Amino acid sequence: MRKLALSDEILLSVEKPARYIGGEINAVVKDKKNVDIRFAMCFPDVYEIGMSHLGIQILYDMFNKRDDVWCERVYSPWVDLDRIMRKEQIPLFALESQDPIRDFDFVGITLQYEMCYTNVLQILDLGQIPLMSKDRGENDPFVIGGGPCAYNPEPLAPFFDLFYIGEGETVYDSLLNLYKDCKREHLPRREFLHQAAKIPGIYVPSLYKVTYKEDGTIQSFLPIEPDIPTAIEKQVVMDMTASSYPEKPVVPFIKVTQDRVVLEIQRGCIRGCRFCQAGMIYRPTRERSLQCLKEYAAKMLKNTGHEEISLSSLSSSDYSELKGLVTYLIEEFRSQNINISLPSLRIDAFSLDVMSKVQDVRKSSLTFAPEAGSQRMRDVINKGLTEDDILQGAEEAFHGGWNKVKLYFMLGLPLETEEDRKAIAHLADAIARNYYEISKEERNGKCQITVSTSFFVPKPFTPFQWAGMHPVEDYLGFAKTVNHEIKEMLNHKSIRYNWHQADVTLLEGAFARGDRKIAKVILDAYRNGALYDAWTEFWDYDRWLAAFEHVGIPMDFYTIRERDEDEIFPWDFIHIGVTKEFLKKEWKKAHDEEITPNCRQKCSGCGVSRYKGGVCIESKG
Amino acid sequence: MKVRVKFSKQGSMKFIGHLDIMRYFQKAIRRDGIDVACTEGFNPHMIMSFASPLGIGLTSDAEYMDIELRTPVSSQEAIDALNRNGADGITVTRFIQIPEGKADKAMTLVVAADYTLRFRPGHEPAASWKSNLNDFFSRKSIPVLKKTKRSEKEVDIRPMIYDWSVTSDDTLFLKLASGSTANLKPELVMDTFLMQQLHVEPDPFAYEINRCELYADFSEEGLHKFIPLDELGTGIEL
Repeated sequence: MRKLALSDEILLSVEKPARYIGGEINAVVKDKKNVDIRFAMCFPDVYEIGMSHLGIQILYDMFNKRDDVWCERVYSPWVDLDRIMRKEQIPLFALESQDPIRDFDFVGITLQYEMCYTNVLQILDLGQIPLMSKDRGENDPFVIGGGPCAYNPEPLAPFFDLFYIGEGETVYDSLLNLYKDCKREHLPRREFLHQAAKIPGIYVPSLYKVTYKEDGTIQSFLPIEPDIPTAIEKQVVMDMTASSYPEKPVVPFIKVTQDRVVLEIQRGCIRGCRFCQAGMIYRPTRERSLQCLKEYAAKMLKNTGHEEISLSSLSSSDYSELKGLVTYLIEEFRSQNINISLPSLRIDAFSLDVMSKVQDVRKSSLTFAPEAGSQRMRDVINKGLTEDDILQGAEEAFHGGWNKVKLYFMLGLPLETEEDRKAIAHLADAIARNYYEISKEERNGKCQITVSTSFFVPKPFTPFQWAGMHPVEDYLGFAKTVNHEIKEMLNHKSIRYNWHQADVTLLEGAFARGDRKIAKVILDAYRNGALYDAWTEFWDYDRWLAAFEHVGIPMDFYTIRERDEDEIFPWDFIHIGVTKEFLKKEWKKAHDEEITPNCRQKCSGCGVSRYKGGVCIESKG
Repeated sequence: MKVRVKFSKQGSMKFIGHLDIMRYFQKAIRRDGIDVACTEGFNPHMIMSFASPLGIGLTSDAEYMDIELRTPVSSQEAIDALNRNGADGITVTRFIQIPEGKADKAMTLVVAADYTLRFRPGHEPAASWKSNLNDFFSRKSIPVLKKTKRSEKEVDIRPMIYDWSVTSDDTLFLKLASGSTANLKPELVMDTFLMQQLHVEPDPFAYEINRCELYADFSEEGLHKFIPLDELGTGIEL
């Protein structure tokens, strides 16, 4: 039997001890004496969230295919265990070996959302690893960050030794090989970092110096040594079909958020919505072949025993062989009682037909994400969805027996007016009217329309990266407008409205477009108890306001301020293929309420065609 | 075909709760391609019932789960498959066909369970504790105040203790009432002994408890006749 890092007494006194014991089906156990590199792969949130993340499963599998590497998993201890570990000085451990992560060669941390930043510090702190990169010695692990938030790594720069910018499948092998060589030759820490900084996609923040203008914006961002590249090229997998994919993902004992086989059908999105970071950084859109997906589906279901399979992509309806894939899944697996879940589908005749085959129409609801209420605003954000599309989709759905509809919108978008906000209520009402036009005999009781709004956060590498945010009171006012207008509607009894918190939006905004100076704020808030900021029950805005004050930097500089067109952004040194000129052009087109066609309709010259792959080289029909 | 599966739950698996063990077996059965009957509807679930849920922290050599096979499989084949792809700590030991009728629901059959209990290192009471056991179990009645949400009720636990003994390695063996009509937890027996006999407060998480067997009762003329649940069926050979 494996020896656990925590005693029975501790495990029995915390919630869900299964979070900490490892030993799951398909977890990889190796003999640590027979590997050269020990890698702790971390998702800085609780187990159930972290275990649901596909990216880590991909890298975990890819690393462990190498005989010389043992990659293990680490998640944030929940607050109950956090207290005990601090009090009893128990070092944070990896699940598989139960060994302390401070003894590993690497600690890799995926950065999926800004509100996990204090959890990053918790991982290092409990891991008994110095929080600041500059304080780490020869025996400390290298701390490397990745994931979407690494596209602006600056707020976390002092805490990380390296960042991997882009998709993990491409240069991790080179990095691990380099590390092995350096380790064999006993080269000092800084020498490895220096050499690593020359691998495309690897960013070593300590090798760059930032100077600021008097107004606080960036003057220059330059490497401190001549042989270090001035720009970092994002890494992108060009052949999705040939790239590594986990056929035997780890199967958790406890129910996690994503308790199913996840089939990544494509990466990237052809749509080009102007608010969406994923739509820009994952360009170009690249598909996996249908044959390959069929094989993965069968193997992964067999190897995990999951009773559900789900498709993953930014916009499944744009996958060119969706029909073939969905038909295969239904025909092959429905008879084996496997549930099929189809998220991010556009509502049309085809999707309604397949959905009626895989779900109980009476119980399930349909989801639309118009993102904005008025057509004017949808043109501003380049959401290629018309009111007709929505109303027609809803009508077809109502005739198909559905009577529950969920609508997702954003508030606080750039250029948004009072009228645009009210249009959210009008759209919801129009959908309800559509429903009640169906004769009583044919419809299924009342309809339920749920409207949810979140507040928009401008993200780096989007056309809206120049946009200013609003004060908290304004955001709440926007939600009030919508709420009030919904109450005025004829069908207000069929419409429910939920809106998100406003204050957390501002912090997210500050981190998303923050620079290196923000790191001090994160450290200050963490020292004062901030942790699990993504969890409402632990969220404390006042603690963050105090942290900005202690450190002496104005939060508004990062949030409310609209950026000058020629400002050097903290993330400009990263090249994502999409040019800043294109983003600027899109920002202008947003002001002109002018739409940009999607990648399959017409190439808009965003810049990623230089990768010579994916949708950029598809023949246009 | 109704089948009863017996398995042990040892080591770190003691931290996996009852519902998650159920999920574990649903996935294991699907991995191994064992064809088990499911419920109808849009989200079908495997039909599966457990004899008696085991609390988190306890180990067991005798967990029982009943399933219904749509396609028969031999006992040896099923046991090998479930153990080959299984988690460390879960070992399937029996896979038997049970006759339809009286003995076909493990949950309603269970009336008694065997346990062994020992103190975790550092939680042992005074060395003389074993010599006090005889006095404790010789009492005609052992009243215990049982607290429920609404009220407090005095219950005599003595009739629910069918047998006890202590081994040379400081392990207490208990045969206790278990199931829906009468149920006694081994930790309550030890807590009561410590408080009433030794007059000490029990520590939290002080015991290591292992469930060793579950029994049905085929009593004759008022005398208990306890039969282990896995003796109520036969191995499957194809």
